[in-house]
Amino acid sequence: MTVLDTPSVARSSVTPRRDIGIKRRYAAERRFRLYGMLAIALGIIFLALLLWSVFSKGYTAFQQTTITIPVTFSAEIIDPRNQRETDPKILQAANYPLLARDALVKALGVNPSDRVAVRSVSALVSASARTQLRDLVMADPTIIGTTQTVTLLADANIDSANKGQIDLSVAETSRKVNDRQLGWMKQLSEAGVLQKSFNTGLFTSGASSRPEAAGIGVAFVGSLYMMLIVLVLALPIGVAASIYLEEFAPKNRLTDLIEVNINNLAAVPSIVYGLLGLSIFINFAGMPRSAALVGALVLTLMTLPTIIIATRAALKAVPPSIRAAALGLGASKMQTIFHHVLPLAAPGILTGTIIGLAHALGETAPLLLIGMVAFVVDYPGSPMEPSTALPVQIYMWANEAERAFVERTSGAIIVLLLFLVVMNMGAILLRRRFERRW
Amino acid sequence: MNAVKLTVAALCVSAAFAGSAIARDQIQIAGSSTVLPYAKIVAETFGETYPDFKTPIVESGGSSGGLKEFCRGVGPTTIDIANSSRPIKSSEVEACKGAGVTDIQEIKIGYDGIVFATDASNADLALTPKDLYLALAAEVVVDGKLVANPNTKWSQVNPNLPDAEIAAYIPGEKHGTREVFEEKMLAHGCEEAGAAEAIKGLISDKKEAASKCIAVRKDGKAVDIDGDYTETLARIASNKTGVGVFGLSFFENNADKLKVATVNGIVPSAETIASGEYPVSRPLFFYVKKAHLGVIPGLKEYVEFFTSDQMVGQDSPLADYGLVAAPDAEREKTRADFEAGKTL
Repeated sequence: MTVLDTPSVARSSVTPRRDIGIKRRYAAERRFRLYGMLAIALGIIFLALLLWSVFSKGYTAFQQTTITIPVTFSAEIIDPRNQRETDPKILQAANYPLLARDALVKALGVNPSDRVAVRSVSALVSASARTQLRDLVMADPTIIGTTQTVTLLADANIDSANKGQIDLSVAETSRKVNDRQLGWMKQLSEAGVLQKSFNTGLFTSGASSRPEAAGIGVAFVGSLYMMLIVLVLALPIGVAASIYLEEFAPKNRLTDLIEVNINNLAAVPSIVYGLLGLSIFINFAGMPRSAALVGALVLTLMTLPTIIIATRAALKAVPPSIRAAALGLGASKMQTIFHHVLPLAAPGILTGTIIGLAHALGETAPLLLIGMVAFVVDYPGSPMEPSTALPVQIYMWANEAERAFVERTSGAIIVLLLFLVVMNMGAILLRRRFERRW
Repeated sequence: MNAVKLTVAALCVSAAFAGSAIARDQIQIAGSSTVLPYAKIVAETFGETYPDFKTPIVESGGSSGGLKEFCRGVGPTTIDIANSSRPIKSSEVEACKGAGVTDIQEIKIGYDGIVFATDASNADLALTPKDLYLALAAEVVVDGKLVANPNTKWSQVNPNLPDAEIAAYIPGEKHGTREVFEEKMLAHGCEEAGAAEAIKGLISDKKEAASKCIAVRKDGKAVDIDGDYTETLARIASNKTGVGVFGLSFFENNADKLKVATVNGIVPSAETIASGEYPVSRPLFFYVKKAHLGVIPGLKEYVEFFTSDQMVGQDSPLADYGLVAAPDAEREKTRADFEAGKTL
C-alpha cells in the first residue's frame, strides 16, 4: 500500500517524508542496547556481590594471630629421668604443651597453682605447639635446658576473637573465649607478644582439625599433580583424535555418530565420570583409593570432549587455501597438517585446553566416589599417594563447625580464584600472541 | 608425531601403575559426616603421636556410603574402617559377607546429642516431643479424624511457645540424624499427644500407623536440610524465629549465635546426655575389618589409640569437641571386646 501511495505523496506540496519506519527502527535499536547494557550490568552486579562476599570474609584468613614468647626447654619436663641418651623416644613423647603453658603463665603472671586459670591460659595457644616444640627439640636436642624465643600459633578461638569475629556482647558462657582470656589477650598484645602476622601456614600446611594449623598445601599439590597429568594425557589424545576426525576420517554415518557422542559426553554430569572411575580404575584396575593419579584419569576423561570440540573448531577455522597451497607445493598430507594447519590452529587448541583444565580444576563431584574428598594431613610424595584437591578443601572447610574455618573457606576460595585467573590470563595471552586473522 | 609418542608413553606409564596394586601403608577411613570431626582429631593426633605411621586418610560421604565402600571386599584398594552414626544393618552385614568381609569388629566411640536451637536473639525455648509432633506432623488427629496439620503458629501448639510462624529446619532423609529425630521426638510426641492410639484405631495396618506418626508435613513449615549444619545455621540466621536441628558439638562451637531449647525441661549437655536425662541422643560407631589388622601398618594401634581414655575419656579432646563420652564400664568393655577379637 505504501508503495502505491508514495508517488502521490511525493507530488503533493506539503512533502511529508516517506515513512520508512526510521523512528521505530531507531527505537528498537535503542531498546536492544538498553537490554544489553542491563544484562551486562546484572552480570557485573552478581560478580561484584560474589567477589565482595568472598573477599570481605576471606581477606582476614591471610593473617594469623601468633604469640612470641621465651620458652624454657626445661629438662625436668622434657626428660625428667635423663634417659634421652639411651631412649630417644622420650623426646618424641614428652609433654611439650606444658612448656608453652608454663611460658605463658610466667609471661602473664598467673598464679601457677590456680588450676582453673592455668587451664584457661593453656587454651590461648594452639595444640599444634606440641609438634612445633617437639620438632625444635628433635632437630637440636642441645636446646634442652636453655630458653629460646619461639613464635607459637594462637588458638583458633583466640585468633577469631582477635579479628573481631566472635560476638563479645553475649554472655560469657555462650562464647568460646572467656572474659579472663580477653583480658590476657589485651595484656599480651600491649606487650607486643600477641601479634597478627602473615599466615604462611595457610599455604604450606595440610589439612588439620585445628583451624589455626590448617592449610591448603596438600590440596594445592594434589590439584597440581592432577592438572599436570590431565594436561599430559588429555592434550595429546584430544588433539590426535580431532586431527584424525577432522582431516583423515571419511565423512560417513560412523564418524557422525562419533561426533554426536563426543558432544553428548561433554554434557554428561561429572559425577558419572566419578562412578566410572570407581568401577574401572579402582575396582577393576586395582589402583589405590584417594590417589591423585585416579583423580587425574577421571578428570582426563571429563576434559577430553571439551578439548576435542575446541580443537576441531580450531582446525576447521584454518582456511582451506592453506591446505590447498601446501598440497599444491607437493607437501604430503601429514606435512600439510603438522607444518601448516596445526601451528595455525594452536592458539585455539591451547585456549580450549586451558578452559578444559580450569573446568577440571574446579570439580569436586567426580572426586567424591574415588575417595579424594578426604582429610589428608601428609604431603603426597607422588601421584600414587593419597591427596585431595583445592575445591574439595573448600567444601570440607565450609562444613566445619569452628568459626575460624569460615574465613579460611573464603581464603581458600580466593586462592582458587587467583589460580583460575592466572590460567585464563594464560589462555588469553596465548591467543593474543599467536592468533592469525584472515 | 611427538603427540602420538607422548600418548603412548603416558598410556604405558598408567598401565604400569595400574598393574601394581601395591601394599598400602596408610589407614583409609570413610563414612559418617557426624563422626568425621572426631575421626579427624584422632587421626591427626595419631599421626603426631606415632611418627612411624602415616596419618590416616579420613573420607566423608555419609554412614551408608562408608559402609557400602567398607563392604566392597578385602584388600589394599578397599577401606579399613567405616565410620557410622548408626549401628550397621543386618542387610549390610549380609552384603559384607557376600563380598568376603566376614569378620567385622564394632567399636562404639561415644554418644552424640541432637539439640534444637534458635537464633540467639530469641527468648528461652522449652520444647517437648508432643509440641514438635503437633507442629511438624503431616497429619494430626482432630475430633477422632486424621486431618492435614492445621497449626501454623507455635502458640497454637502450646500457649507457652512464642507467637511465631512454625518454621523448622530438620535433617533431610539421607541423614542418620533424621532417623533419631523421628524415633526420639516424633514417635514419642505422637504417643504423648494420644495420637498414636487414635491412629491405631483409624488404620489397622501397624506399619502404616507407625509411619503416620513420623510423617513430616510438606507444606513448607518443615524444611529438609540435605546439607550440613552450616546450612541450617545460615537458614536460622535469615529466619530468626526458625528452629533448627544441630549436633551438640556444632551448637557448642556456635553458642554465641544460637540459643538451645530444652527438651522436657532438660538442657542438653554432655552430663545430661551421658546420664540419659536428655532424650535425644544416639551412639556413634566405627567398624574395623579384622582381615586388615596386622596387614595395614598402624591399624591396630589406631583403634587402640581411638578407644583409649586419652582420646574418648571424660576429659579428652573429643569430649572437648562435643562427643559425649560413654560410661567408664562401657569404654572398658569396648576395649576388651576389641582386644579379644570379638566380631559381629
